[in-house]
Amino acid sequence: MAKVWVYAEVSPDGTVDTAALELLTKARELGDAEAVALGPGATDAVEKLGEYGATTVYASDDDVYADYVAQPAAHALHELIEEHEPDLVLFATNYDSRDIAGRLSAKTGSTLMSNVTGLHSVDKAQTAIFGGATLVDVELEGNPKLVLVRPKSFVAEPSGGSAELVEVDVDVDDDLKKAERVERHEEEASGPRLEDAPVVISGGRGLGEAGNFKLLDELAGLIGNAAVGATRAVVDAGWVPYAYQIGQTGKTVKPGVYVAVGISGATQHIVGMKGAKRIVAINKDEEAPIFQIADLGIVGDALKILPQLVEEVRSRKG
Amino acid sequence: MEIVVCVKHIPDPNIPPEMDGHRLKREGVQGVLDPGDEFGVEAGLQLKEQLGGNVTLVSMGPAPAMDAIKRGLSMGADQGVLISDDALEGADALVTARVLAAAIGRNQFDLVVAGVESTDGYTGTMPSTLAEFLGVPQVTFAKTIECSDGRVKINRQTADGYHVVECDLPALITVTAGVNEPRYASFKGIMAAKKKPVETLSLSDLGLSGDEVAVKQSIVELAAAEERKAGEVVQDDGAGAARIADFLQEAKVI
Ligand SMILES: Cc1cc2nc3c(=O)[nH]c(=O)nc-3n(C[C@H](O)[C@H](O)[C@H](O)COP(=O)(O)OP(=O)(O)OC[C@H]3O[C@@H](n4cnc5c(N)ncnc54)[C@H](O)[C@@H]3O)c2cc1C
Ligand SMILES: Nc1ncnc2c1ncn2[C@@H]1O[C@H](COP(=O)(O)O)[C@@H](O)[C@H]1O
Repeated sequence: MAKVWVYAEVSPDGTVDTAALELLTKARELGDAEAVALGPGATDAVEKLGEYGATTVYASDDDVYADYVAQPAAHALHELIEEHEPDLVLFATNYDSRDIAGRLSAKTGSTLMSNVTGLHSVDKAQTAIFGGATLVDVELEGNPKLVLVRPKSFVAEPSGGSAELVEVDVDVDDDLKKAERVERHEEEASGPRLEDAPVVISGGRGLGEAGNFKLLDELAGLIGNAAVGATRAVVDAGWVPYAYQIGQTGKTVKPGVYVAVGISGATQHIVGMKGAKRIVAINKDEEAPIFQIADLGIVGDALKILPQLVEEVRSRKG
Repeated sequence: MEIVVCVKHIPDPNIPPEMDGHRLKREGVQGVLDPGDEFGVEAGLQLKEQLGGNVTLVSMGPAPAMDAIKRGLSMGADQGVLISDDALEGADALVTARVLAAAIGRNQFDLVVAGVESTDGYTGTMPSTLAEFLGVPQVTFAKTIECSDGRVKINRQTADGYHVVECDLPALITVTAGVNEPRYASFKGIMAAKKKPVETLSLSDLGLSGDEVAVKQSIVELAAAEERKAGEVVQDDGAGAARIADFLQEAKVI
């Protein structure tokens, strides 16, 4: 049976990145699933990784993997790969994973396949181009094959299994301790995480100015269990932090309901949200591309409709 | 300070892309310097203004890629290197990194600058693979850059904030859109660019051949994705908000 590895990003408290659980769910369908977790929290994550189908987890809690960008982890992974010879290594398209996978491609000589949205087998992957309008199947190459998968491409489901822990003991040369993280600033979000929220309300340039985002906050607060997102145009304009960005260079969301307010529907935005179960759009331009993928489209002025919607939702919630 | 900036020539992103068999059509399509790489060029120029030195642009691509280099030279870069070879058609990120590493590695450098991801391919991994081939560390997703004697410090974008990352040179850095405000090429800059040196290299000039640069990954099938159908689009006649509230109720979110 093929050996399929998942590189799992973990937090110091042992929390596993959701995308890694999605990848494990797919990995166990393709072969024998194993995981690699490096950095503080790794050994605490073993149980969770096992629950999602990893039979073995190669883990190390060593700070070196979190303190220095990419090089120590790429080195350790390479050593592990030489020793255990997996057929395929899956990474989620996250910041650190992307850097590590890129370096590993040079080390192994395997072509790294990016932006994967589906896996047919251990050597055939699918990607989407033109904002998801065209699907492309690609024959993977190399030993092992290396793939970066977009988050939310698969649904994470526990297998109820448990994993054996194998402690990683790799020497990391001082040479690899160069790009050092000296400070960490993470914004504590209130409410559900954007990636996990069942309802996402997003704003674009059509909101006119930064201050109008509070209308979206108010609506999200009323609905409850809703998160606010944004387009790159307004993130670049500084209206909201980058953490709000949805799309090709931002987050991928798959909520039950996506409300797009004053968003044109550029392909780079759509790739990040078209997996939503239901889409509602408000835009004053009836030709806006967002209407082509919306289940309900309202042609009108968002600044007029939003306050009315807030009142409507408030009264219906009673 | 010797600064190398990777610049990619891409089909104009404002023109809808077309396929030519299994590849993006490039012939007859107007090309531009990847807008993402303008931030890289600007970053290089600002560091040079601050610390002195040279900015060298490096691009791999067919002959028209010279336009991307010219554009960067017009902005103020000092010189260019274009690697062009028929054998490189369809090159993937691994091959591109190997070729750029061979070209960049010929000379001593302090900093290599690249975009986080290209606008046309958005592979987003070429720079990291390049850093490994060059044997240097990488500081990626830079939102801000500070550079002083032999050391670079950036704010590295993360999903929910940023990290401060510091590193000794030589190193490779990738820049996000927004790290700076790319300057326009002035008329004087455009005229000056015509006289700036650009070296054109083939694979054999770099001592690369055959298997090292063969593209191994292949597209086996293209298909249209299942389309999301457009639903109802209605003019807001004052009842728009109520319609949305009905929709939210049907979806059981309120
Ligand atoms: C390499 C690359 C990566 C990118 N990555 C991303 C990404 O990750 N995420 C992303 O979102 N974008 C991304 N983009 C940018 C993308 O191409 C678009 O520019 C962006 O999504 C547009 O944002 P917008 O819809 O807010 O603005 P616009 O396109 O300007 O649209 C504003 C809309 O608001 C409507 N409007 C105006 N006033 C009102 C009103 N009063 N009421 C109702 N509607 C109104 C207008 O009709 C218009 O449709 C990327 C681009 C590139 C080149
Ligand atoms: N053919 C190329 N020539 C020069 N630089 C490139 C080339 N391809 C990619 N790059 C650089 O690598 C960055 C990321 O590209 P990619 O990994 O292809 O998405 C780009 O923004 C460029 O700076």
